[in-house]
Amino acid sequence: METVQNFINAYSWTNIHYLLQGLWVTVEVSVASIILSFIFGTILGVIRYANIKYVSAIIGFIIDLIRNLPLLIIIFFTYFGLPNLGFKPAIIEAAILAMTVFESMMIAEIVRSGIMAVDSGQMEGALSNGLSYWQGLRIIILPQALRNMIPALVSQFISLVKDTSLATIIVLPEMMYHAQIIYGQNTNYIIPMFVALAVLYFVVCYALSLIARYFEKRMSYSK
Amino acid sequence: MAHIVATQWPLLLTGLWHTILCSVIALFFSLIIGSLFAIFEIMPNRVMRIIGHVYVEIFRNIPLLVITMFFFVVIPLYVTKINGFTAGTIGLTIYTSAFIAETVRSGIQSVESGQMEGALSNGLTFWQSMRFIILPQAFKIVIPPLGNQFINLVKNSSVLAFVAGFDLMYQGNMIANNTLQTMPSYFIVAVLYLVITMPLSYYMRHLEKKLA
Repeated sequence: METVQNFINAYSWTNIHYLLQGLWVTVEVSVASIILSFIFGTILGVIRYANIKYVSAIIGFIIDLIRNLPLLIIIFFTYFGLPNLGFKPAIIEAAILAMTVFESMMIAEIVRSGIMAVDSGQMEGALSNGLSYWQGLRIIILPQALRNMIPALVSQFISLVKDTSLATIIVLPEMMYHAQIIYGQNTNYIIPMFVALAVLYFVVCYALSLIARYFEKRMSYSK
Repeated sequence: MAHIVATQWPLLLTGLWHTILCSVIALFFSLIIGSLFAIFEIMPNRVMRIIGHVYVEIFRNIPLLVITMFFFVVIPLYVTKINGFTAGTIGLTIYTSAFIAETVRSGIQSVESGQMEGALSNGLTFWQSMRFIILPQAFKIVIPPLGNQFINLVKNSSVLAFVAGFDLMYQGNMIANNTLQTMPSYFIVAVLYLVITMPLSYYMRHLEKKLA
Protein backbone atom coordinates (compact mmCIF):
# COMPACT_ATOMS: atom_id res chain seq x y z
CA MET A 1 0.00 0.00 0.00
CA GLU A 2 2.82 2.31 0.93
CA THR A 3 4.45 1.92 -2.48
CA VAL A 4 1.19 2.78 -4.20
CA GLN A 5 0.98 5.89 -2.06
CA ASN A 6 4.57 6.74 -3.03
CA PHE A 7 3.68 6.53 -6.67
CA ILE A 8 0.60 8.70 -6.21
CA ASN A 9 2.58 11.31 -4.29
CA ALA A 10 5.46 11.23 -6.75
CA TYR A 11 3.18 11.78 -9.72
CA SER A 12 1.75 15.01 -8.38
CA TRP A 13 0.86 17.55 -11.02
CA THR A 14 3.84 19.74 -10.10
CA ASN A 15 6.28 16.86 -10.55
CA ILE A 16 4.77 15.62 -13.78
CA HIS A 17 4.70 19.13 -15.13
CA TYR A 18 8.36 19.55 -14.19
CA LEU A 19 9.25 16.28 -15.92
CA LEU A 20 7.35 17.25 -19.04
CA GLN A 21 9.19 20.57 -19.12
CA GLY A 22 12.36 18.49 -19.16
CA LEU A 23 10.95 16.34 -21.94
CA TRP A 24 10.31 19.49 -23.94
CA VAL A 25 13.97 20.51 -23.65
CA THR A 26 14.95 16.98 -24.66
CA VAL A 27 12.74 17.25 -27.72
CA GLU A 28 14.02 20.75 -28.58
CA VAL A 29 17.65 19.71 -28.40
CA SER A 30 16.93 16.48 -30.29
CA VAL A 31 15.02 18.14 -33.12
CA ALA A 32 17.60 20.88 -33.57
CA SER A 33 20.45 18.36 -33.57
CA ILE A 34 18.62 15.98 -35.91
CA ILE A 35 18.03 18.72 -38.49
CA LEU A 36 21.52 20.17 -38.27
CA SER A 37 23.32 16.84 -38.22
CA PHE A 38 21.27 15.55 -41.13
CA ILE A 39 22.34 18.53 -43.24
CA PHE A 40 26.00 18.48 -42.24
CA GLY A 41 26.13 14.70 -42.21
CA THR A 42 24.83 14.45 -45.77
CA ILE A 43 27.32 17.06 -46.99
CA LEU A 44 30.24 15.37 -45.24
CA GLY A 45 29.17 11.92 -46.40
CA VAL A 46 28.96 13.05 -50.01
CA ILE A 47 32.33 14.76 -49.81
CA ARG A 48 33.90 11.65 -48.35
CA TYR A 49 32.35 9.52 -51.04
CA ALA A 50 33.21 11.84 -53.93
CA ASN A 51 36.97 11.20 -53.81
CA ILE A 52 38.04 14.82 -54.12
CA LYS A 53 41.81 14.92 -53.98
CA TYR A 54 43.11 15.37 -50.36
CA VAL A 55 39.78 16.84 -49.18
CA SER A 56 37.96 13.52 -49.03
CA ALA A 57 40.82 11.78 -47.28
CA ILE A 58 41.16 14.52 -44.66
CA ILE A 59 37.41 14.69 -44.03
CA GLY A 60 37.27 10.92 -43.86
CA PHE A 61 39.99 10.89 -41.23
CA ILE A 62 38.22 13.54 -39.15
CA ILE A 63 34.97 11.59 -39.39
CA ASP A 64 36.72 8.45 -38.17
CA LEU A 65 38.35 10.34 -35.31
CA ILE A 66 35.16 11.88 -33.98
CA ARG A 67 33.06 8.78 -34.55
CA ASN A 68 35.38 6.81 -32.33
CA LEU A 69 35.19 9.22 -29.41
CA PRO A 70 32.57 9.03 -26.66
CA LEU A 71 29.91 11.69 -27.05
CA LEU A 72 30.47 12.64 -23.43
CA ILE A 73 33.97 13.91 -24.15
CA ILE A 74 32.69 16.03 -27.02
CA ILE A 75 30.14 17.57 -24.68
CA PHE A 76 32.98 18.39 -22.30
CA PHE A 77 35.00 19.89 -25.12
CA THR A 78 32.20 22.17 -26.24
CA TYR A 79 31.11 23.29 -22.79
CA PHE A 80 34.35 23.43 -20.81
CA GLY A 81 36.89 23.57 -23.61
CA LEU A 82 35.52 26.19 -26.00
CA PRO A 83 35.54 29.01 -23.40
CA ASN A 84 39.33 28.56 -23.34
CA LEU A 85 39.30 29.47 -27.02
CA GLY A 86 37.26 32.58 -26.36
CA PHE A 87 33.78 31.32 -27.27
CA LYS A 88 31.43 30.67 -24.39
CA PRO A 89 28.24 28.91 -25.54
CA ALA A 90 25.12 28.75 -23.38
CA ILE A 91 24.31 25.33 -21.97
CA ILE A 92 21.69 24.50 -24.56
CA GLU A 93 23.90 25.77 -27.40
CA ALA A 94 26.78 23.67 -26.14
CA ALA A 95 24.53 20.62 -25.99
CA ILE A 96 23.19 21.13 -29.51
CA LEU A 97 26.67 21.85 -30.84
CA ALA A 98 28.12 18.70 -29.28
CA MET A 99 25.27 16.50 -30.47
CA THR A 100 25.48 17.97 -33.96
CA VAL A 101 29.22 17.47 -34.27
CA PHE A 102 29.00 13.88 -33.09
CA GLU A 103 25.88 12.83 -34.93
CA SER A 104 26.94 14.49 -38.20
CA MET A 105 29.90 12.14 -38.32
CA MET A 106 27.68 9.14 -37.64
CA ILE A 107 25.26 10.23 -40.35
CA ALA A 108 28.08 10.93 -42.78
CA GLU A 109 29.08 7.29 -42.54
CA ILE A 110 25.48 6.17 -43.05
CA VAL A 111 25.16 8.44 -46.10
CA ARG A 112 28.41 7.21 -47.58
CA SER A 113 27.51 3.54 -47.23
CA GLY A 114 24.03 4.32 -48.52
CA ILE A 115 25.50 5.87 -51.65
CA MET A 116 27.90 2.99 -52.11
CA ALA A 117 24.97 0.57 -52.00
CA VAL A 118 23.38 2.23 -55.04
CA ASP A 119 24.21 0.27 -58.18
CA SER A 120 27.19 1.88 -59.95
CA GLY A 121 25.35 1.64 -63.27
CA GLN A 122 23.09 4.45 -62.08
CA MET A 123 25.94 6.93 -62.01
CA GLU A 124 27.29 5.73 -65.35
CA GLY A 125 23.83 6.11 -66.83
CA ALA A 126 23.47 9.61 -65.42
CA LEU A 127 26.87 10.64 -66.76
CA SER A 128 26.26 9.20 -70.20
CA ASN A 129 22.95 11.05 -70.31
CA GLY A 130 24.87 14.28 -70.05
CA LEU A 131 24.44 15.08 -66.38
CA SER A 132 27.48 16.36 -64.54
CA TYR A 133 28.90 14.34 -61.63
CA TRP A 134 27.24 16.56 -59.01
CA GLN A 135 23.93 16.59 -60.85
CA GLY A 136 24.04 12.81 -61.05
CA LEU A 137 24.74 12.60 -57.33
CA ARG A 138 22.00 15.02 -56.38
CA ILE A 139 19.25 13.97 -58.76
CA ILE A 140 19.89 10.28 -59.38
CA ILE A 141 22.01 8.77 -56.63
CA LEU A 142 21.04 10.55 -53.40
CA PRO A 143 17.27 9.97 -53.64
CA GLN A 144 17.85 6.26 -54.14
CA ALA A 145 20.48 6.14 -51.41
CA LEU A 146 18.16 7.92 -49.00
CA ARG A 147 15.64 5.13 -49.33
CA ASN A 148 18.21 2.52 -48.33
CA MET A 149 19.41 4.68 -45.48
CA ILE A 150 16.15 5.22 -43.64
CA PRO A 151 16.39 2.35 -41.14
CA ALA A 152 19.97 3.23 -40.21
CA LEU A 153 19.17 6.94 -40.06
CA VAL A 154 16.22 6.49 -37.75
CA SER A 155 18.07 4.22 -35.37
CA GLN A 156 20.76 6.90 -35.30
CA PHE A 157 18.13 9.51 -34.45
CA ILE A 158 16.76 7.28 -31.71
CA SER A 159 20.17 6.99 -30.16
CA LEU A 160 20.50 10.77 -30.49
CA VAL A 161 17.33 11.27 -28.44
CA LYS A 162 18.62 8.87 -25.82
CA ASP A 163 22.04 10.52 -25.81
CA THR A 164 20.60 13.93 -24.93
CA SER A 165 20.37 12.54 -21.40
CA LEU A 166 24.18 12.75 -21.25
CA ALA A 167 23.90 16.52 -21.29
CA THR A 168 22.77 16.39 -17.65
CA ILE A 169 26.48 16.56 -16.93
CA ILE A 170 26.55 20.17 -18.10
CA VAL A 171 23.24 20.72 -16.22
CA LEU A 172 21.11 20.99 -19.33
CA PRO A 173 17.61 21.10 -17.80
CA GLU A 174 16.30 18.10 -19.73
CA MET A 175 14.20 15.21 -18.48
CA MET A 176 16.88 13.15 -16.74
CA TYR A 177 18.13 16.19 -14.86
CA HIS A 178 14.67 17.19 -13.74
CA ALA A 179 13.97 13.65 -12.55
CA GLN A 180 17.16 13.72 -10.53
CA ILE A 181 16.06 16.94 -8.87
CA ILE A 182 12.68 15.46 -7.99
CA TYR A 183 13.97 12.25 -6.47
CA GLY A 184 16.74 14.17 -4.75
CA GLN A 185 14.09 15.75 -2.54
CA ASN A 186 12.49 12.51 -1.43
CA THR A 187 13.98 9.02 -1.65
CA ASN A 188 10.48 7.53 -1.88
CA TYR A 189 10.21 9.11 -5.30
CA ILE A 190 13.24 7.33 -6.76
CA ILE A 191 11.50 4.31 -8.23
CA PRO A 192 8.43 6.23 -9.47
CA MET A 193 10.75 8.71 -11.19
CA PHE A 194 12.77 6.01 -12.91
CA VAL A 195 9.57 4.36 -14.05
CA ALA A 196 8.33 7.67 -15.44
CA LEU A 197 11.69 8.30 -17.18
CA ALA A 198 11.68 4.84 -18.71
CA VAL A 199 8.12 5.22 -19.94
CA LEU A 200 8.61 8.69 -21.41
CA TYR A 201 11.87 7.87 -23.19
CA PHE A 202 10.40 4.62 -24.40
CA VAL A 203 7.34 6.34 -25.84
CA VAL A 204 9.40 8.91 -27.73
CA CYS A 205 11.93 6.43 -29.09
CA TYR A 206 9.45 3.69 -29.88
CA ALA A 207 7.24 6.17 -31.72
CA LEU A 208 10.26 7.10 -33.85
CA SER A 209 10.93 3.47 -34.67
CA LEU A 210 7.27 2.96 -35.63
CA ILE A 211 7.49 5.92 -37.98
CA ALA A 212 10.59 4.37 -39.48
CA ARG A 213 8.83 1.06 -40.00
CA TYR A 214 5.94 2.87 -41.71
CA PHE A 215 8.28 4.66 -44.12
CA GLU A 216 10.21 1.49 -44.81
CA LYS A 217 6.99 -0.21 -45.83
CA ARG A 218 5.88 2.64 -48.05
CA MET A 219 9.28 2.79 -49.67
CA SER A 220 9.29 -0.92 -50.38
CA TYR A 221 5.96 -0.58 -52.20
CA SER A 222 7.33 2.08 -54.50
CA LYS A 223 10.28 -0.10 -55.48
CA MET B 1 50.45 18.67 -22.12
CA ALA B 2 53.57 16.60 -21.55
CA HIS B 3 53.59 18.00 -18.06
CA ILE B 4 50.09 16.73 -17.38
CA VAL B 5 50.97 13.28 -18.64
CA ALA B 6 54.15 13.27 -16.57
CA THR B 7 52.43 14.18 -13.33
CA GLN B 8 49.03 12.56 -13.75
CA TRP B 9 49.91 9.27 -15.43
CA PRO B 10 48.80 7.09 -12.48
CA LEU B 11 45.28 8.50 -12.80
CA LEU B 12 45.32 7.97 -16.57
CA LEU B 13 46.48 4.40 -16.19
CA THR B 14 43.81 3.50 -13.63
CA GLY B 15 41.26 5.15 -15.91
CA LEU B 16 42.42 3.17 -18.91
CA TRP B 17 42.42 -0.03 -16.87
CA HIS B 18 38.88 0.51 -15.57
CA THR B 19 37.56 1.42 -19.02
CA ILE B 20 39.04 -1.71 -20.58
CA LEU B 21 38.04 -3.95 -17.68
CA CYS B 22 34.48 -2.68 -17.65
CA SER B 23 34.15 -3.03 -21.43
CA VAL B 24 35.47 -6.57 -21.47
CA ILE B 25 33.27 -7.72 -18.58
CA ALA B 26 30.21 -6.06 -20.08
CA LEU B 27 30.98 -7.56 -23.51
CA PHE B 28 31.31 -11.05 -22.05
CA PHE B 29 28.03 -10.99 -20.15
CA SER B 30 26.07 -9.08 -22.76
CA LEU B 31 27.12 -11.66 -25.36
CA ILE B 32 25.66 -14.42 -23.20
CA ILE B 33 22.49 -12.53 -22.27
CA GLY B 34 22.09 -11.11 -25.76
CA SER B 35 22.40 -14.50 -27.48
CA LEU B 36 19.93 -15.98 -25.01
CA PHE B 37 17.31 -13.34 -25.77
CA ALA B 38 18.05 -13.59 -29.49
CA ILE B 39 17.19 -17.29 -29.30
CA PHE B 40 14.06 -16.47 -27.28
CA GLU B 41 13.00 -14.14 -30.05
CA ILE B 42 12.99 -16.89 -32.68
CA MET B 43 11.77 -19.80 -30.55
CA PRO B 44 8.64 -21.65 -31.68
CA ASN B 45 7.07 -20.91 -28.29
CA ARG B 46 5.03 -17.72 -28.52
CA VAL B 47 5.45 -16.69 -24.86
CA MET B 48 9.23 -16.90 -25.14
CA ARG B 49 9.15 -14.85 -28.32
CA ILE B 50 7.19 -12.13 -26.58
CA ILE B 51 9.57 -12.14 -23.61
CA GLY B 52 12.55 -11.79 -25.92
CA HIS B 53 10.90 -9.07 -27.90
CA VAL B 54 9.81 -7.03 -24.87
CA TYR B 55 13.28 -7.22 -23.34
CA VAL B 56 14.98 -6.03 -26.51
CA GLU B 57 12.52 -3.21 -27.25
CA ILE B 58 12.54 -1.90 -23.68
CA PHE B 59 16.27 -1.70 -23.22
CA ARG B 60 16.97 -0.45 -26.72
CA ASN B 61 14.64 2.50 -26.23
CA ILE B 62 15.77 3.72 -22.82
CA PRO B 63 18.93 5.79 -22.42
CA LEU B 64 21.96 4.02 -21.01
CA LEU B 65 22.27 6.75 -18.41
CA VAL B 66 18.78 6.03 -17.04
CA ILE B 67 19.56 2.32 -16.73
CA THR B 68 22.92 2.94 -15.11
CA MET B 69 21.61 5.53 -12.66
CA PHE B 70 18.79 3.16 -11.77
CA PHE B 71 21.25 0.53 -10.59
CA PHE B 72 23.46 3.08 -8.92
CA VAL B 73 20.62 4.72 -6.99
CA VAL B 74 18.10 1.95 -6.39
CA ILE B 75 20.24 -1.07 -5.48
CA PRO B 76 21.98 0.61 -2.50
CA LEU B 77 18.59 1.77 -1.25
CA TYR B 78 16.79 -1.58 -1.24
CA VAL B 79 19.29 -4.37 -1.77
CA THR B 80 22.95 -3.94 -1.00
CA LYS B 81 25.83 -1.51 -1.19
CA ILE B 82 27.21 -1.23 -4.68
CA ASN B 83 30.08 0.82 -6.07
CA GLY B 84 29.92 2.94 -9.16
CA PHE B 85 32.03 0.58 -11.22
CA THR B 86 29.74 -2.38 -10.57
CA ALA B 87 26.55 -0.40 -11.11
CA GLY B 88 27.95 1.03 -14.34
CA THR B 89 29.06 -2.36 -15.61
CA ILE B 90 25.65 -3.89 -14.88
CA GLY B 91 23.92 -1.02 -16.67
CA LEU B 92 26.25 -1.31 -19.66
CA THR B 93 25.77 -5.07 -19.81
CA ILE B 94 21.99 -4.85 -19.88
CA TYR B 95 21.92 -1.99 -22.39
CA THR B 96 24.41 -3.65 -24.74
CA SER B 97 22.78 -7.06 -24.45
CA ALA B 98 19.62 -5.69 -26.08
CA PHE B 99 21.63 -4.49 -29.09
CA ILE B 100 23.60 -7.72 -29.26
CA ALA B 101 20.34 -9.66 -29.16
CA GLU B 102 19.18 -7.78 -32.24
CA THR B 103 22.48 -8.40 -34.03
CA VAL B 104 22.59 -12.08 -33.17
CA ARG B 105 18.93 -12.56 -34.09
CA SER B 106 19.51 -11.17 -37.56
CA GLY B 107 22.56 -13.42 -37.82
CA ILE B 108 20.54 -16.48 -36.84
CA GLN B 109 17.81 -15.58 -39.29
CA SER B 110 20.30 -15.24 -42.11
CA VAL B 111 21.38 -18.84 -41.59
CA GLU B 112 19.47 -20.88 -44.12
CA SER B 113 16.36 -22.45 -42.56
CA GLY B 114 17.21 -25.85 -44.03
CA GLN B 115 20.04 -26.05 -41.50
CA MET B 116 17.64 -26.09 -38.57
CA GLU B 117 15.31 -28.54 -40.28
CA GLY B 118 18.24 -30.80 -41.06
CA ALA B 119 19.44 -30.68 -37.48
CA LEU B 120 16.01 -31.40 -36.08
CA SER B 121 15.36 -34.27 -38.45
CA ASN B 122 18.71 -35.76 -37.48
CA GLY B 123 17.37 -36.10 -33.97
CA LEU B 124 18.94 -33.08 -32.29
CA THR B 125 16.81 -31.05 -29.87
CA PHE B 126 16.11 -27.34 -30.50
CA TRP B 127 18.82 -26.24 -28.08
CA GLN B 128 21.34 -28.75 -29.39
CA SER B 129 20.86 -27.68 -32.98
CA MET B 130 21.12 -24.03 -31.90
CA ARG B 131 24.38 -24.71 -30.13
CA PHE B 132 26.06 -27.01 -32.63
CA ILE B 133 24.59 -26.03 -35.96
CA ILE B 134 23.01 -22.58 -36.04
CA LEU B 135 24.98 -20.40 -33.62
CA PRO B 136 28.44 -21.28 -34.97
CA GLN B 137 27.31 -20.24 -38.46
CA ALA B 138 25.45 -17.19 -37.20
CA PHE B 139 28.41 -15.88 -35.21
CA LYS B 140 30.63 -16.00 -38.27
CA ILE B 141 28.20 -13.64 -40.01
CA VAL B 142 27.75 -11.27 -37.11
CA ILE B 143 31.39 -10.80 -36.14
CA PRO B 144 31.76 -7.38 -37.87
CA PRO B 145 28.56 -5.90 -36.38
CA LEU B 146 29.47 -7.36 -33.01
CA GLY B 147 32.84 -5.66 -33.29
CA ASN B 148 31.06 -2.37 -33.90
CA GLN B 149 28.93 -3.07 -30.83
CA PHE B 150 32.13 -3.51 -28.86
CA ILE B 151 33.44 -0.16 -30.08
CA ASN B 152 30.15 1.40 -28.98
CA LEU B 153 30.53 -0.36 -25.69
CA VAL B 154 33.96 1.15 -25.10
CA LYS B 155 32.60 4.60 -25.95
CA ASN B 156 29.50 4.10 -23.81
CA SER B 157 31.62 3.04 -20.86
CA SER B 158 32.27 6.76 -20.39
CA VAL B 159 28.87 6.77 -18.67
CA LEU B 160 30.76 5.43 -15.66
CA ALA B 161 31.90 9.00 -15.11
CA PHE B 162 28.39 9.76 -13.86
CA VAL B 163 28.57 7.14 -11.13
CA ALA B 164 32.20 7.58 -10.04
CA GLY B 165 33.32 4.43 -11.83
CA PHE B 166 37.00 5.51 -12.07
CA ASP B 167 37.00 5.11 -15.84
CA LEU B 168 38.99 7.20 -18.30
CA MET B 169 36.38 9.95 -18.52
CA TYR B 170 36.08 10.23 -14.74
CA GLN B 171 39.83 10.45 -14.35
CA GLY B 172 39.93 13.01 -17.13
CA ASN B 173 37.62 15.19 -15.07
CA MET B 174 39.78 14.65 -12.01
CA ILE B 175 42.86 15.70 -13.95
CA ALA B 176 41.07 18.73 -15.36
CA ASN B 177 40.17 19.73 -11.82
CA ASN B 178 43.65 19.02 -10.45
CA THR B 179 45.55 20.89 -13.12
CA LEU B 180 42.88 23.47 -14.08
CA GLN B 181 43.89 22.87 -17.69
CA THR B 182 40.63 21.58 -19.10
CA MET B 183 41.41 21.53 -22.81
CA PRO B 184 44.72 19.62 -22.62
CA SER B 185 43.32 17.17 -20.06
CA TYR B 186 40.33 16.26 -22.20
CA PHE B 187 42.58 16.10 -25.22
CA ILE B 188 44.77 13.48 -23.59
CA VAL B 189 41.72 11.47 -22.58
CA ALA B 190 40.36 11.69 -26.12
CA VAL B 191 43.65 10.37 -27.51
CA LEU B 192 43.55 7.45 -25.08
CA TYR B 193 40.01 6.57 -26.17
CA LEU B 194 41.10 6.71 -29.79
CA VAL B 195 44.02 4.41 -29.03
CA ILE B 196 41.47 1.77 -28.04
CA THR B 197 38.72 2.41 -30.60
CA MET B 198 40.51 3.44 -33.80
CA PRO B 199 42.47 0.22 -34.39
CA LEU B 200 39.33 -1.77 -33.60
CA SER B 201 37.24 0.19 -36.04
CA TYR B 202 39.77 -0.08 -38.87
CA TYR B 203 40.12 -3.78 -38.20
CA MET B 204 36.34 -4.21 -38.33
CA ARG B 205 36.16 -2.35 -41.63
CA HIS B 206 38.89 -4.58 -43.00
CA LEU B 207 36.99 -7.64 -41.79
CA GLU B 208 33.74 -6.43 -43.31
CA LYS B 209 35.44 -6.01 -46.67
CA LYS B 210 37.05 -9.40 -46.42
CA LEU B 211 33.80 -11.16 -45.60
CA ALA B 212 31.69 -9.23 -48.10
